[in-house]
Amino acid sequence: MIPLSWYLLVAAALFCIGLFGVLARRNAIAILMGIELMLNAVNINLLAFWSYLHHDRMNGLVFAAIVFAAAAAETAVGLGLILSVYRRRGTVVAEELDTMKG
Amino acid sequence: MNAAQVIFILAAAITLFSALMVVSVRRMMHAALWLIVTLLGVAVLFVLLQAGFFAVVQVLFYVGAIAILIIFAVMLTRQVMSEKAPQLNRGWVAGLGVSAGLMVILALVLRNFPGSTATAVADPSAGNAVALGLAFSDPSGFAIPFEVASILLVAALIGTIYIALERKGGEQ
Repeated sequence: MIPLSWYLLVAAALFCIGLFGVLARRNAIAILMGIELMLNAVNINLLAFWSYLHHDRMNGLVFAAIVFAAAAAETAVGLGLILSVYRRRGTVVAEELDTMKG
Repeated sequence: MNAAQVIFILAAAITLFSALMVVSVRRMMHAALWLIVTLLGVAVLFVLLQAGFFAVVQVLFYVGAIAILIIFAVMLTRQVMSEKAPQLNRGWVAGLGVSAGLMVILALVLRNFPGSTATAVADPSAGNAVALGLAFSDPSGFAIPFEVASILLVAALIGTIYIALERKGGEQ
C-alpha cells in the first residue's frame, strides 16, 4: 500500500512550488495559477487525511468541497479584477500596479 | 512495489514536473496548459485516495471551468508582457529561499509525524457521493456550511460581473 507520508510529501512539494509561483512571478495571472496549485495541495492533504485516518466520517470530504467552492469564488473574482485592471491601466504586471504607493 | 505505488509515483512525478513548468515557463499560454496537466495529475491522486467523486469534480470543475477561465484571461490580456521581458520579479531569489525553506521544514515535520505510517482503509463503499450528499443536506450535519458556500459563490459571481463589466461612456 501507499504510505500516507507519500501523499503528504507530494502535497507539501506542490504547495511550495505554488508558493514560489505566487512570490516570484510578475504576471498577475501567473500568481493566480500559483494560488490554484496551493489550493490543490491543500485538497490532496485533506482527502489523504480523510482516506487514511477518518474514513468513516464525512468531515474531510465536506472540507474539500468547501475548498473547491472557495477556489471557484477566488478565481472568478481574481480574473474579473485582472481584466478590469487591464482595461483601465493596460497592464497585468503586479509590480506596476502601485498607484496607492506614495 | 505494487501497481498502486507505481501509479502513484508516476502521477506524482507528472504533477510536480508540470507544476514546476507552470511557475517557470515564459509563455503564459504554455503555463496555463501545464496547469491543466497538473490538475489532471491531482485528479489521479484523488482516485488513488478512493475519492472518485472528487476526481470527477476535479476534472469537471478545475480542468473544465477554472482552466478555461484562466486561458480566457490569458488570451484577453495578450501582448501585455513581451516574452523577452523577465517573467520573475527582482525578489525571486528570496521567494525561492522562502519556498525551499518551507519545504525543508515540512519534510522535517513529516518525518516525526506519528500518523504517517497509517495504512489505507480498503473500503470502496465509503466516500461515495450519496453519503456526501446526505451529509450536506442534514441540518445537524453540514447543511449550514453548504448554504454558506452557496451564498459565497453567488456573491462572488455577482461581484465578478460588476467588476468586469465594461461601462460604456461611464465614469471611468
